[in-house]
Amino acid sequence: MSNISKAFRDIKSKNEKAFIGFVTGGDPNLQASENIILAMARAGADLIEIGIPFSDPIAEGPVIQAANLRALAAGTTVEKIFGLVRGLRQKIDIPLVFLTYLNPVHHYGYEAFFARCEAVGLDGIIIPDLPFEERDELRETAARHGVDLISLIAPTSGRRVAEIAGQASGFLYVVSSMGVTGMRNDIPAGLPETLKLVRAATDLPVAVGFGLHSPEQARQVARIADGVIVGSAIVKLAERYGEQAAEHVFAYVKGMKEAMLEK
Amino acid sequence: MRTGRFGAFGGQYIPETLMNEIHALERAYEHCQNDPGFRAELNALLRDYAGRPSLLYFAEKMTEALGGAKVYLKREDLNHTGSHKINNVLGQTLLAKKMGKTRVIAETGAGQHGVATATAAALLGLECEIFMGREDTRRQSLNVYRMELLGARVHPVTSGTMTLKDAVNETMREWVSRTHDTHYVLGSVMGPHPFPTIVRDFQSVISLEARAQILEKEGRLPAAVMACVGGGSNAIGMFYHFIPDAGVRLIGCEAAGRGLETGRHAATIARGEPGVFHGMKSYFCQDAEGQIAPVYSISAGLDYPGIGPEHAHLYQTGRGEYVSVTDDEAVEAFAFLAKTEGIICAIESAHAVAHAMRIIPQMPKEESVLLCLSGRGDKDVAAIARYQGVDLHE
Repeated sequence: MSNISKAFRDIKSKNEKAFIGFVTGGDPNLQASENIILAMARAGADLIEIGIPFSDPIAEGPVIQAANLRALAAGTTVEKIFGLVRGLRQKIDIPLVFLTYLNPVHHYGYEAFFARCEAVGLDGIIIPDLPFEERDELRETAARHGVDLISLIAPTSGRRVAEIAGQASGFLYVVSSMGVTGMRNDIPAGLPETLKLVRAATDLPVAVGFGLHSPEQARQVARIADGVIVGSAIVKLAERYGEQAAEHVFAYVKGMKEAMLEK
Repeated sequence: MRTGRFGAFGGQYIPETLMNEIHALERAYEHCQNDPGFRAELNALLRDYAGRPSLLYFAEKMTEALGGAKVYLKREDLNHTGSHKINNVLGQTLLAKKMGKTRVIAETGAGQHGVATATAAALLGLECEIFMGREDTRRQSLNVYRMELLGARVHPVTSGTMTLKDAVNETMREWVSRTHDTHYVLGSVMGPHPFPTIVRDFQSVISLEARAQILEKEGRLPAAVMACVGGGSNAIGMFYHFIPDAGVRLIGCEAAGRGLETGRHAATIARGEPGVFHGMKSYFCQDAEGQIAPVYSISAGLDYPGIGPEHAHLYQTGRGEYVSVTDDEAVEAFAFLAKTEGIICAIESAHAVAHAMRIIPQMPKEESVLLCLSGRGDKDVAAIARYQGVDLHE
């Protein structure tokens, strides 16, 4: 059983839901990212997504786009992100997952990249521009190195849900709404329906992301999903407070986690 | 070969949110391709509205001046809206209409594709929004105004390098947020399958006509066909029906900008590496970390860090030859064609003219070369004047 599956099983046994926090690695620098991640873990985050910055993140809204550019301007490289993960592994046990686009992985070399993931203790990877049709590109390599290749489900997935869920590993990432990442105020009306389709197709845990930022949204989504994914709201704190962001992120994640405990 | 692949290149590397829409497009395109009604409607538009077939013009004075093989110009610059872009746009907007879409969006670099899309949208009664890098809206302000006259909304893109690559990013982001009524009229033979095939098919009318025209004029196939290459739509259109003619050289001319060694260029084949971006596996200009590299060319239409997957395949198999041409050489060729033939061509097309000027003198006089003049150069006059240090007091 993978580290991710174990984490979700433990959360479920406590009758809780997972909080998954995202940060762009190296924004504004690697030390700040480490501090933010450790603060999230202390505040009760159950899984952390670390963005490997990419020059052209087409699935991201303005907040995370800007974070990618800040991280690259600060000289962040794939190798340095591996170093960040290796350092974190001495301090925290919760699953760590990359989010990046296919080109930096392709450029590093698939075999070398996933071997390195395994060596530093990374648990999974989310690649927004690698849909079901192209998964064979990486599937075998990722699996051989014990890295869960996380599948995304969109509001438009419809009949694709069954085939996607059938090949998924770790957990399923349900994209709450159309469009790119970024804070929105409502919970899309179609979300319960999408979750129903996913539940019918798999027993894997299901986490929801895109647009979520408020405790109220977290509370609502926690009722129907196994996890809540928050990116832009945390990245916004990194943007605003820079190297002092960790304490703000701690308070924010704590508030979200508490809201998710309310039934 | 897997669907939507050209050898190792192509594919569908896009977010899950778009996959169902992309499959719907594949089905709709297949249906229309086999529908004689659709083909008849499109052919009527190409003939009566765009002005096809375009001329194949024997450039006698250019031929004399170069002293080698005969030069024929495929005059896509004479199409309605002034470039080859209209061929693809009429096809895709008609397809969008058959799919029940009421709105089209598109990226543009030089503005040629944006103008063509705005034109077709006006004609077919579709809402139209164009995404154009802010840097390009400045370089091509006349085209921005032209699009607005045609009823389109133009969004200046301020992310990244503010050029064509970023315009594509922003159009994709817009499409991800709204597919139910919106078709993305991709302007080149790039992006996820089926776009490289759809755009190639609609542009292949160029070589379909040119092949018959040259056989009629010369009674034999040309020694080479040439075109400029950014994403590569006019080039693939010019190459396509000559691909099975093994004796015909296919030559694509990339933008070397200030020079390959300066790092300020857009020469994807010369300096790029295989990668995955904008929905496709192909060659891309990128840095040591796999970040997409900023590119540069005097020509906004060639200022793109990638190349269509079918070109990548033609290059890898050796069927196609890809060369690079600097800003200086393109500007010189632009002036040469204007003075010798009285034709002001697009600065994009001038890249192909420049390479013709290098190779024609060495080729036997009984042979012929076909050069795709992809667009007209009115849009470039101010920029060329600036480049040569002339102040036009616009």
